[in-house]
Amino acid sequence: MSVAWEVVIGLEIHAQLATKSKIFSGSPTAYGADPNTQANLVDLGYPGVLPVLNKEVVRMATLFGLAVSATVARRSVFARKNYFYPDLPKGYQISQLELPIVEHGEMHIIGVDGMEKRIGITRAHLEEDAGKSIHEGLDASSGIDLNRAGTPLLEIVSEPDLRSAKDAVTYMKKIHTIVHYLGISDGNMQEGSFRCDANVSVRPMGQKELGTRAELKNLNSFRYIEKAINIEVERQIDLIEDGGTVVQETRLYDSDKDETRSMRSKEEANDYRYFPDPDLLPVEISNEYIEAIRATMPELPDAKQARFIDEYELKSDDAAILTASRMLADFYEGVVKATDATAQVAANWVIGDLGGALNRDGLGISDSKISSDELAGLVDRIHDDTISGKIAKQVFEAMWDGEGSADDVIESKGLKQITDSGAIELVVDKVIADNLGQVAEYKAGKDKLIGFFVGKVMQETKGQANPGQVNQMLRDKLK
Amino acid sequence: MDMHRQTLTELCAGLDKGDFTSVELTQTLLDRVAAQDEKLNAFITVTSTEALAAAASADKARAAGNIGALNGLPIVHKDIFCTEGIKTTCGSKMLDNFISPYNATVVQKMADAGAVILGKSNMDEFAMGSSNETSFFGPVRNPWNLECSPGGSSGGSAASVAARLAPAATGTDTGGSIRQPAALTGTVGLKPTYGRVSRYGMIAFASSLDQAGMITRSAEDAARMLGVMAGFDERDSTSIDQAVPDYLAGIGESIKGLRVGVVRQHSDEGLEERTGARAKDAIAVLESMGATTVEVDLPNIDLSVPTYYVVAPAECSSNLSRFDGVRFGHRAENAEDLLDLYCRSRGEGFGDEVKRRIMTGAYVLSAGYYDAYYIKAQQVRQLIADDFKKAFADVDLIAGPTAPSPAFKLGDKVDDPIQMYLNDIYTIGANLAGLPAMSVPCGFVDDMPVGLHLVGPHFGEEMLLRCGHQYQQETDWHIACPEAFK
Amino acid sequence: MSLDKEQVQHIAMLARLNLSDEEYAESVEKLSKIVDFVDQLSAVDTTDVVPMAHPVDAAQRLRPDDVTATNDRDHYQQNAPEVVDGLYLVPKVLE
Repeated sequence: MSVAWEVVIGLEIHAQLATKSKIFSGSPTAYGADPNTQANLVDLGYPGVLPVLNKEVVRMATLFGLAVSATVARRSVFARKNYFYPDLPKGYQISQLELPIVEHGEMHIIGVDGMEKRIGITRAHLEEDAGKSIHEGLDASSGIDLNRAGTPLLEIVSEPDLRSAKDAVTYMKKIHTIVHYLGISDGNMQEGSFRCDANVSVRPMGQKELGTRAELKNLNSFRYIEKAINIEVERQIDLIEDGGTVVQETRLYDSDKDETRSMRSKEEANDYRYFPDPDLLPVEISNEYIEAIRATMPELPDAKQARFIDEYELKSDDAAILTASRMLADFYEGVVKATDATAQVAANWVIGDLGGALNRDGLGISDSKISSDELAGLVDRIHDDTISGKIAKQVFEAMWDGEGSADDVIESKGLKQITDSGAIELVVDKVIADNLGQVAEYKAGKDKLIGFFVGKVMQETKGQANPGQVNQMLRDKLK
Repeated sequence: MDMHRQTLTELCAGLDKGDFTSVELTQTLLDRVAAQDEKLNAFITVTSTEALAAAASADKARAAGNIGALNGLPIVHKDIFCTEGIKTTCGSKMLDNFISPYNATVVQKMADAGAVILGKSNMDEFAMGSSNETSFFGPVRNPWNLECSPGGSSGGSAASVAARLAPAATGTDTGGSIRQPAALTGTVGLKPTYGRVSRYGMIAFASSLDQAGMITRSAEDAARMLGVMAGFDERDSTSIDQAVPDYLAGIGESIKGLRVGVVRQHSDEGLEERTGARAKDAIAVLESMGATTVEVDLPNIDLSVPTYYVVAPAECSSNLSRFDGVRFGHRAENAEDLLDLYCRSRGEGFGDEVKRRIMTGAYVLSAGYYDAYYIKAQQVRQLIADDFKKAFADVDLIAGPTAPSPAFKLGDKVDDPIQMYLNDIYTIGANLAGLPAMSVPCGFVDDMPVGLHLVGPHFGEEMLLRCGHQYQQETDWHIACPEAFK
Repeated sequence: MSLDKEQVQHIAMLARLNLSDEEYAESVEKLSKIVDFVDQLSAVDTTDVVPMAHPVDAAQRLRPDDVTATNDRDHYQQNAPEVVDGLYLVPKVLE
């Protein structure tokens, strides 16, 4: 007899906040500096130094809280989480336990089954990141780089409301989009600015109480999250079906072997001895402050998508693609505002040609080699019949290669569409004269040959003749 | 008069008048330290070269008309304050080789005011102790009787001031570490309101209790020091942004009408009778000067010691986790692995009392005990703070003995932590509630000095200093000098 | 004795303190005394009393998000027992 299993997942997402300086010190947060060159006395946990909270992290956490319809705590408290680890210079991490800055939020996602689901956000709290241990090139030692120590993190903890690895990814992508929209995190997963731990358990379908969970650590790409969760679910089901029991533990996903394995070394009797940090006072936030932050709230992805469909009459798929990032949406709106063409035509260009070129060159929208105004300039030339859609693609490539604006390229390459009927007539007459055989066939009723004649004319004019005009003239002359 | 016998205030006037230069004064005191400190062990580090250089530049600044509040005045820093380029040990083997790369705010402020640092004073290891016997550098001896403890943890500071090796010294006070040694050495010790003086650069013992202050020979000198040390520091989140008054301005005013509270509940158990009597005599002097006494209730005050011995160890267990042998401090040799490196570096680097407090702290914060001990203690702390608040509705300050007895013999209490802890029974309450408090010499018991303890409401330093100064206009206990150090 | 050797060993491990056998024996005795001493707090009625974490009743001050630190690694690392290429060295960390 086989039991149907229900998968239960909760995510703890760590988003690095995009501040200039660290959460408790004036050190820079830039990524990739030489080891320990961005670690000052506070970050190093020197004797006698003290933390002072960065104003910006409070603003960012508040903004996030409001974006996920959460309660922003009027009073939140920093606590010390005590444990020894070389990347943790003070022997404790400053975090929030009992009174986090954000609580009781929620988010709606479209699940794999196409249904909308509410995912509860238990809390989001502020904490400091740890440094890094480096093992390469050192025999019996590890090297400690504390540049990252003290970088602000917002840890976003979901309820165990997710029911599949795919939904977990959808949820995480949506949080990723939101923090990016809010401008509070660069969300760069390669650099570790956005990573997550997943609490995974299974239970027989219909059972109320949760199964024992395993915590999967340090999942730092959307692909790995899905794979790791699926592998872990499989492991747990196999284990239970073979008569075993799941142990509550921390597990690490090994992407090379595609398996999860126990991290017993990290387990040994952790007792974090949390207590309120006596070096920091409670963070107090007024209603006025919250309202002032609310007033700065940008339009969020869901609202933007709905507006694009409504205002620009876009297809919903296109609207979803264009609102996946705030910068792309802004780029698109820049094109729409600057062009006389329809919003859908602009969308086609942004998603199609521009999207293709970015993809091909592995660039993000912020690295686009063509600005929104420049793209609008190109779209306008199609709209006003200066060039055909086909020529436009050629112009686009030239613009991408840095050959100037649409007008520059059209001018320098002489791609302007020929609309002068006298000029077109000369070519049409030549084509008719050169192909008398086909003319006879056409006249005998082979209508399809009109395409042949149009093609010939376009060939002669290097594609620059207005195809509609050519077609009409040929039909008139061949009557 | 010999320079070393003058108070900070007198020396200041002498420098102003041109009676001597800072270099002369500094050299005199350095010579005294060289000659006398062998007996006391009050100094961990003597900074002769730096001191003479600072004195020379203070003299130059004076000639140019730039005269800071402490210009050219030699002082001693407790070795808990980080001093740039100078060894800062905190009395521990753990930091025996530690050269601070920065100055504590207090150190910087005093340097900016022109003070000259003679050296760093001995102390109980990480300020954990009441007898100076936990120092890795050996105990400090009491100038009044070399077989006795000077008290602790700021024992080196107190001994150096009492022995006229320095006119003033900084100290820190977590449970009485300025006031108790001041009482036991016949000096003045002031612990300001929590948040009045920056904690930045002061190596933390218990962050919610620690406060920097000073040991001097007179209340007037303390006022002079506090004016320089106090003030808001943006690098300390618990520093309070409140203007610093001119502490010297009001000390000359009469204490007529001052309401002095006497605590009804202070148990006499453990209080040496004559020590208590000296405090009562002192209060009688205040009454003779126009103060009135009022009995006040502090119903939970006897719980202050057990409360303290939960809160302080809890905070210290976490504060001292940074000493792990990786970035600074003692590192065990040939560690087998990471765990071995941690356990041996810390096992070797810390002394017994520090280890005991770290373990007590780890215990009271650990799973299953947190509520019963830590939360409970923080609740009782609130009760104690509330009691003080109520009392200060009726009185301007509270007076009593500073310590339950005069200085005890070295070795006497070292084996019984509870007996040692009870030394601070009268002083700990002010730390728990964050209140300013001061000890002034008020007589002798068997030729050993004892102190009068004055506690004020938050930011009541001016009143404490005025009361102390006025008392010192009527009495001369603070003038007394140990025979061997005259 | 309110604490036994096993508990003291657990605490010493949490605190990463290596203790000799003698130190263990002494710690069991002295820590027990301390724990017994502070146990008197349990008799106090603290119903509805808010735990006091700070002696001052104030809110956390916030610092502007400005970079104020400059690199001073070499200076800071003068106190470090073992450094290679700017990295602090520890015995190999096993993941």
